[in-house]
Amino acid sequence: MTLTADVDGRHSSDARPNGEGESSSRPKHRRRLPSDWLWLALPALAMITVLFAWPTFEALRRGFTDFQAPQVGGFDNFTWFLGESVNVTILVRTLVTGVAITIGCLLIAYPYAYLITVAKPMWRTVLLGVVLVQFCSSPVALTFAWVILLQDNGPVDQLGRSLGLEQLQLSGSVPGATIAMIQAMLPFMVLPLYATMSRIDMSLVRAAHTLGARPAVAFLKVYFPLSIPGVLAGSLLVFVISLGFYVTPDLLGSPNQVLLSQFLYTQISTLLSWGRGGAIAAVMIVATAVLLLAGRRFVGPAITSLGTDSRES
Amino acid sequence: MSRIAPSRFLLAVWAAIVFVWIVAPIVVVTIVSFTSAGSFVFPPPGWSLQWYENFFQNAKWYNAFLNSLQTATIVMVLATVLGTIAALGLHRSKSRRLVAGIQSIILLPTVVPAVVAGIGMYSMFLQWRISGTVLGFVLAHVVLVLPFVVISVTSSLQSLDRSLEQAAASCGAPPVTTFMLVTLRIILPGVATGALLAFLGSFNETLVSIFLASPLQTTLPVQMYSSVARDSDPTIAAASALASGVTVALFLAVIAVRITRSKKNAV
Repeated sequence: MTLTADVDGRHSSDARPNGEGESSSRPKHRRRLPSDWLWLALPALAMITVLFAWPTFEALRRGFTDFQAPQVGGFDNFTWFLGESVNVTILVRTLVTGVAITIGCLLIAYPYAYLITVAKPMWRTVLLGVVLVQFCSSPVALTFAWVILLQDNGPVDQLGRSLGLEQLQLSGSVPGATIAMIQAMLPFMVLPLYATMSRIDMSLVRAAHTLGARPAVAFLKVYFPLSIPGVLAGSLLVFVISLGFYVTPDLLGSPNQVLLSQFLYTQISTLLSWGRGGAIAAVMIVATAVLLLAGRRFVGPAITSLGTDSRES
Repeated sequence: MSRIAPSRFLLAVWAAIVFVWIVAPIVVVTIVSFTSAGSFVFPPPGWSLQWYENFFQNAKWYNAFLNSLQTATIVMVLATVLGTIAALGLHRSKSRRLVAGIQSIILLPTVVPAVVAGIGMYSMFLQWRISGTVLGFVLAHVVLVLPFVVISVTSSLQSLDRSLEQAAASCGAPPVTTFMLVTLRIILPGVATGALLAFLGSFNETLVSIFLASPLQTTLPVQMYSSVARDSDPTIAAASALASGVTVALFLAVIAVRITRSKKNAV
C-alpha cells in the first residue's frame, strides 16, 4: 500500500501544476515509465488470497479440527474416509469416471482440433467459436438439454431403438452422466490441443511426405509426437476439473452411484459434518495438486489457452 | 497434399458430427422452450410462448434473472479493472520469480476443484454474514473470473510494442494518460474478451452460487438447478434458452466489434 501511494504521489506531484493545459507547458524533464509495476497486481492478489485461498484452506483445515462421533481427533476423519469400503468405492468410481471422460474428450477433440488448424479462416472461426460459446455456456442449461435428450422415449432412446438397442436407460445412470460430462469438458480439451497444434510447423510433415513417408507414418512419426504437450495439457485439465464437477452428475447421474463431489456436498449441506467434508476435500486437493505438479510444464500453457482467443481472427 | 484427401474428407465428417454434438443441446433446449405441452416431450406436439410468459411473470424466475444480470454487470466491471491492472503489473515486472509466484496464486481458481472452493466460501461467507447477499455473490464471482481476465489481457500485452508507450512518456504524458491513450487502445481486444468472460462466468456460475444462495436471494443458474432437480415444468427450458441466448448474443457482439475494428485497422 505504501508503495502504491509512493508511486502515485511522485507522478501526481509533478503532473498537477501543469493541470489541464498539459500541452502548453512542457515538463521540465522527460518522463520515464515507472520501472516496476508489480504493485498493480496486489489488489487482485489480495482478493484471491482472502476470498478464495483462505476459505479453501479453512475447508481443508476443518478435516483436522472438526470431529463427530465416532471420530475424535487426529487423522480420524481421514481414516474414516479411506477406511470404509463404501467411501473407497465412491473414490474409485470418481477416478474411473474421470479417466473415461478424459479418454472420451481426447478421442473426440483430437481430430476436431486438428481440423481447426488446417481449416480456412472462416471455418476456423466457426469451429472454434462454438467451442468458446460452449465454454461460456450455462452448465445447468447444457445438463438440462441432456436430461431431455436422454429421457425415456427421448431422442437418444428412440434412435437406439431404431438401431435395435433395447431400453438404453441412460437417464439417471453413470454412463448417461458421463456422456453429458464429456460434452461439458470438451472445451478444456479442444483449446489446449488447438493451442499446441497451431504452433506445429507443417513443413516438417510435408518434408516427411517428400522423403517418401506414407501419410499415416508421417502423422505418427512427426505430427503426433509434436502434439503430445497439448494432449497431456488437455488431459490433465479435463481430469482435474472433472474431479470437482458437481452439477451434471448430480442432475443426470444415479443417486445410488454418487461421485466424490456429490458425496462431499451431502456431507456438508445435509449432514453438516465439516470434519468429514474437510477430509474428502483434502483428498481431492492432494490428488489435484500431485497431478498438476507432475505435469506443471504443460498446465501453465493449458490454462493460458482457455482465456486466449484465436489470434488469427 | 492431394494424397491425404480421403482422410481430409473423413476429418470433415468427424468435425461435422462433433459440431452437431456441441450445438445440439442448445438447439434442443430452445425448441422445447416453445412447446405447448406441460412436459419435456421431444419433439414438441405444438407451439406456444406460455413458458416465456411464465418466466417473466413468475417473481421467482424473474427476480433470479434480474439478480443474475445485476451481479454479472458489477462483476464484469470489477474483474475487468482489477484483472487488467494486475496483468499489466505482472507483465511489466522484472522480478520473474515473484511474478511466477503471484501468477500461480491468481490462477488458483481455475484448477482448485470448484466444489472444494464452494464449501470453503460457504463457511467463510456465513461467518462474515455475506452469504445470500448480492455482495456475497459479487465477491465470490469476481475471484472466480479474475484469472480469465488476467489471462486474456496478458495475451494481448505480449503483442504490445513498448516503444509506443515510451514515445508517449518521453513526450511528457503522465503514466495514466499514456495508459489511457496508448496502452489501453492497443490491448482493448484482450480487455473486451476478458470482460466477456467475466460477465458470462458470473452470469452462468452455478456451483458456488448454490452454496451461497438463500431462499430470498438467488441467481438464475441456482433457480434453474433447483427446477431441474424438482419440477418437470418447461419454464426451465425457457430459462435455459434465455441464458444460452444471452451467452451467444454477447459472443456475437464481441466478435462483430472485433471484426469492424480489424477492418478499420487494415484500411
